[in-house]
Amino acid sequence: MSAPDVWLVILGGMAVTYGSRLSFLILPERIRFPAVFQRGLRLVAPAVLAAVLVPQVLIPSGAASATWNPRVLPAALAGLVGWRTRNAWASIATGMITLWIIQAFLS
Amino acid sequence: METRPQTPRQDFWAGARDTVPLLVGVVPFGLVFGALALEAGLSPLEAQGLSLFVFAGSSQFVAVDLIARGAAPVVIILTILMVNLRHGLYSASLAPTFARLPLRARAAVAWLLTDEAYAVTVTRLRAGGLAHPRRYFLGSGLALWATWQLSTAGGILFGARIPESWSLDFVLPLTFLALLIPSLIDRPSWAAALAGGVLSLVLHDLPYGLGLVLATFFAVGLGVAVETLRPRREAAG
Repeated sequence: MSAPDVWLVILGGMAVTYGSRLSFLILPERIRFPAVFQRGLRLVAPAVLAAVLVPQVLIPSGAASATWNPRVLPAALAGLVGWRTRNAWASIATGMITLWIIQAFLS
Repeated sequence: METRPQTPRQDFWAGARDTVPLLVGVVPFGLVFGALALEAGLSPLEAQGLSLFVFAGSSQFVAVDLIARGAAPVVIILTILMVNLRHGLYSASLAPTFARLPLRARAAVAWLLTDEAYAVTVTRLRAGGLAHPRRYFLGSGLALWATWQLSTAGGILFGARIPESWSLDFVLPLTFLALLIPSLIDRPSWAAALAGGVLSLVLHDLPYGLGLVLATFFAVGLGVAVETLRPRREAAG
């Protein structure tokens, strides 16, 4: 692809991405949405967070074994610790350390 | 515990601080992106330009892949739109919080509206008692912005130097998990999360990241349906 075309992609990509980000933020405050829409908004966070993280754990890129995935147990333990302690750092540390231990045994 | 009023500056740094775990996971992605973009034939300026102007990790990887394969610019731009449509949901979700800000301030918020800044801010908003939401958001967003720019530049200049065996990319799903847990407060939020996770797996092979958008959309719809069908029981706990 020639250089001007790449910059066309960059600027066009910027326009559509910024447009998505700006979309609802620039609507005037007086525009009201249906109640159903309002109730749905608080559910965006749990829905999208789960939708992003589940494939990242279960379908890791690279050479993952089809029969055994070393990331499932660390993620499960991290979830358990996060649920019990409500501490993000403890949860993340549990997941990483568990994964490193598993990888140490595997290698 | 003594409660003191938060200054705008304190909230700014709190936002940046709460984003640190995500930054650890973002750095390897930025390095890989910078290195990969050069490998795909982009110039250093074009590679950094994607991070500077598009500033949305997964869509940048897709764009580089399509550029390398010689796809038409309009196809690539439409693909970037598909991958980034979910930002419209974040925009809608945060709009009530920032509705009273001047247009210029909302335009700045939109510029920094990423998965990470959204997740961190919406979690903090839900916890309540945030005095300066915009400062908090800007702290989170700018921390992420600077990290993404610098790690892209690092990848361009030095290649991806972090050993893969460290598995630092795993910090990202772990952080999203840590952010997900406090959002699971009732039956509808559990339903939305379970549906989101299952549907994104089922729809994972759809092109252009469409699976993520569709999974989120239907999961939110299911959560609303659960809430509508069982409002009484929910109130009873």
